[in-house]
Amino acid sequence: MNPLRPYRSSWLLDWLPFLVCGLILLVLLPQSLSMFQLNLLGRFLTYAIVALGLDLIWGYTGMLSLGQGLFFGLGAYCFGMYLNLEAAGKNLPEFMGLYGVTELPWLWQPFHSPVLAILLAVGFPMLVAALVGYMVFRSRVQGVYFSIITQALTAIVALLLIGQQQLINGTNGITEMRTIFGYKLSDPATKMGLYVTTALVLGAVFLLCRYLIRSRFGRLLVAVRDDENRVRFVGYNPVVIKVCVFALSAGIAGLAGALFVPQVGIIAPKQIDIVASIEIVIWVAVGGRGTLVGAVLGALLVNTGKSVISSARPDIWQFIMGGLFVGVVVLFPKGIVGAILDLFQRIRLSWPNTRPAESAPLEVETTSLAGGKPR
Amino acid sequence: MNAILDAKGVTVSFDGFKVLDNLDFAIGYEEMRFLIGPNGAGKSTLLDIITGKTRPDAGKITFDGHINVARVSEHQLVRCGIGRKFQTPSVFSSLTVFENLEAAIGFKSSVLRLTQGMSPAGIERVEETLEIINLKDQRNVQAGILSHGQKQWLEIGMLLVQDPKLLLLDEPVAGMTRRERDHTGELLHRIARGRSILVVEHDMVFVRQFASTVTVLHMGQLLCEGPVEAVQSDAQVVEVYLGRTQKAA
Amino acid sequence: MEVVLSQIFNGLSLGSILLLAALGLAFSFGLMKVINMAHGEFIMVGAYVTYFFQMFLAPAVLGENGAKEGWFFILSIPAAFLITGALGYVLEMTLIRRLYGLPLDTLLATWGIGLMLQQIARSYDSRNVPVTSPDWLSGGLWVSETLSLPYKRLFIIGLVILCIIGIYFYLYRSSQGRRTRAVMQNREIASALGVATRRVDVLTFALGAGLAGIAGSALTLLGQIGPQLGTGYIVDAFMVVVLGGVGSLPGTVIAAFTIGLFNTFLEMSTTATLGKVLVFVLIIAFLQWRPNGLMALRSRT
Repeated sequence: MNPLRPYRSSWLLDWLPFLVCGLILLVLLPQSLSMFQLNLLGRFLTYAIVALGLDLIWGYTGMLSLGQGLFFGLGAYCFGMYLNLEAAGKNLPEFMGLYGVTELPWLWQPFHSPVLAILLAVGFPMLVAALVGYMVFRSRVQGVYFSIITQALTAIVALLLIGQQQLINGTNGITEMRTIFGYKLSDPATKMGLYVTTALVLGAVFLLCRYLIRSRFGRLLVAVRDDENRVRFVGYNPVVIKVCVFALSAGIAGLAGALFVPQVGIIAPKQIDIVASIEIVIWVAVGGRGTLVGAVLGALLVNTGKSVISSARPDIWQFIMGGLFVGVVVLFPKGIVGAILDLFQRIRLSWPNTRPAESAPLEVETTSLAGGKPR
Repeated sequence: MNAILDAKGVTVSFDGFKVLDNLDFAIGYEEMRFLIGPNGAGKSTLLDIITGKTRPDAGKITFDGHINVARVSEHQLVRCGIGRKFQTPSVFSSLTVFENLEAAIGFKSSVLRLTQGMSPAGIERVEETLEIINLKDQRNVQAGILSHGQKQWLEIGMLLVQDPKLLLLDEPVAGMTRRERDHTGELLHRIARGRSILVVEHDMVFVRQFASTVTVLHMGQLLCEGPVEAVQSDAQVVEVYLGRTQKAA
Repeated sequence: MEVVLSQIFNGLSLGSILLLAALGLAFSFGLMKVINMAHGEFIMVGAYVTYFFQMFLAPAVLGENGAKEGWFFILSIPAAFLITGALGYVLEMTLIRRLYGLPLDTLLATWGIGLMLQQIARSYDSRNVPVTSPDWLSGGLWVSETLSLPYKRLFIIGLVILCIIGIYFYLYRSSQGRRTRAVMQNREIASALGVATRRVDVLTFALGAGLAGIAGSALTLLGQIGPQLGTGYIVDAFMVVVLGGVGSLPGTVIAAFTIGLFNTFLEMSTTATLGKVLVFVLIIAFLQWRPNGLMALRSRT
């Protein structure tokens, strides 16, 4: 092993699984799934993107954000407003007529442009996260306090959106969406295009996150999780690090939201409430916090389970969901991927020629517990 | 005297209790100073003040002639050249030894720079330090599973790569075996070159072995200051500090 | 003048409701650093206990108008306290104790418990149900010709005062309370001195849960109850505890009434949602100034 780059394993091991997954998502599944199933999968892939963002901030940095659903929603609203304007053409969005609005509010003006809409879908959540994060981190609010405050933020913004009927149709949300960049949303080719785009974005975000956590910055995130005070006394400003990673995770969530809305055709405050945000947490927890693969896997598995079970027996699903929260935390704190890696670790350690020192870096990427403190 | 650190009239109180009481204190450039005093004398609080962890209620501390310590945030003080080793070994336990040093060396880099690799000079420096702190074989071991002594050395190594002007060491040999202690003593002398060092220590054997000038703190005030022999024979010191510890021993 | 008076009363009333919802959290979170996300569902359980007392027990025992005329509502309050307290006891013994020192994990696990409790309530009846309040609580106290203070709200204010007095006597005047405070301040030393820390933990948590039950009973006076009852209060209750300063009972009390008053006045001068947003902004701003909340000790370490 090259000592200077302790994480870098062989090229093959690094890229082969990634390419195989890419092939499955982009070639195999589009050929074998129905359009309905593919559309559903496309939605789950956007969830996987959000999960990656949450994993950065929770799994690696140890800060449990209960606001990711909010950032997802803000991104979705931004892009949804563009789609809504495109559907309205030269007129006002339909719902505005119901409330007697005669002129397009200034807030809507930027969303005529698809480029601006996408930029805002990513940039606006980042801005909100950076602002709130700066205030919160500066006053050294840590641990559960951060979770509680992000949860309150989510609840408050959802409330704010419900209250704005004339502006964004309140509880009903934004629904009128027909075309995207001129292509009909109901067209199978458009749906396929959206699915492929989502899969590609997921791949890109995954690579970005992998690059970051393998860099020195990523190690610093883990350092913040281990001992934030110590980071300060090594000469870094933890506030800057935390604001950066929080804003980044919010931007990723916003991007996912923008990909979500054209595939679903609706965005409403209901999808932003605190329940949605905490569900994202359970995806990452089930898959394995502190591993990027785990975040993606967890998002896909839990949502597949949800759609299968809740369509058959909706009443059971919430029990299962509750059970997942309890079970993962108590029995499998490292999630599926963490449990598998632990198993490998044990096999490697029992191998007579393997020195424990060599397997240490593997441990680094997996031993993430929510509180950042070892058990 | 031209001092790297000059504290004047520093007072700190917690709920009315004065931990530091109008304290004047200075360390010269390239001086190695030992700070002793019974429990509760205010030693750790003094270090907290110098590193910006606690802000003084009154008084002023000047670092390197022009920096007003009370106005600068903790991480900025580190960047100005004040390094501190804490009493309990504090390394990043899920990072490897190498990564701990790597984290320490990048302390002046921007976030963007941190997403890229280390410079060749940086790598060389980390390699050198690994050699000095005797942890070359443990470079890829998670710091959390090092022995107590090794953690202390790693922490000293992290300070070393940052090349601070003033190094504050809070009980660097506490809880060490004799051999570890000797090695730490050597390390200290090695890193003392070209910088000022303030050591808080209870271990009088260690103090006698390595100290030249000693400052004695008592009840938040400066009790006496001077060469180790003079301090040891000072009647006041014997009464408040040495006398008591000798009886206890 | 009268408007201001009635707003002050509304603020105090809202504050007392918030305080009732937050008192239990102040116990489990403030004293034990345990985040109980199922707290809202404990409140819901308490509300359903009162619902059973008023809608089934009272009519069965006292006849058709039993709920309106009898005193079963009063009886249901200690019953709610005991039942949710027992629920908290079981939860601590089976789950929470495995997770001490892992606050974020506790947060997630208790959220899961909350989901399950909600679903149990939903499988009984997913709709919101009204609870008949006793007749002697209808109407209000006329303080002037146009201003009347509803008895129900006065009752809640009285109830919260009673709870605080009870907590004060428990914590500061009973030997169990002394042990509790000892454990919260220094677990190791208390343990070394022979305090059964495990017992203190479980009792403290159960008490916090019991207080949630009382809050639930009181909430039946204000409107319909349903499986989602608790979710509406949990965020606000946490804000009260954070603003008040963790582990400080006086801080919690002041914070609850401050939020209540601010909320009422801001809602009056703006809109209902904007008022809530402003309160949140003010709390964040306040934490810039005093990160540890209203009442926090400055300690040497």
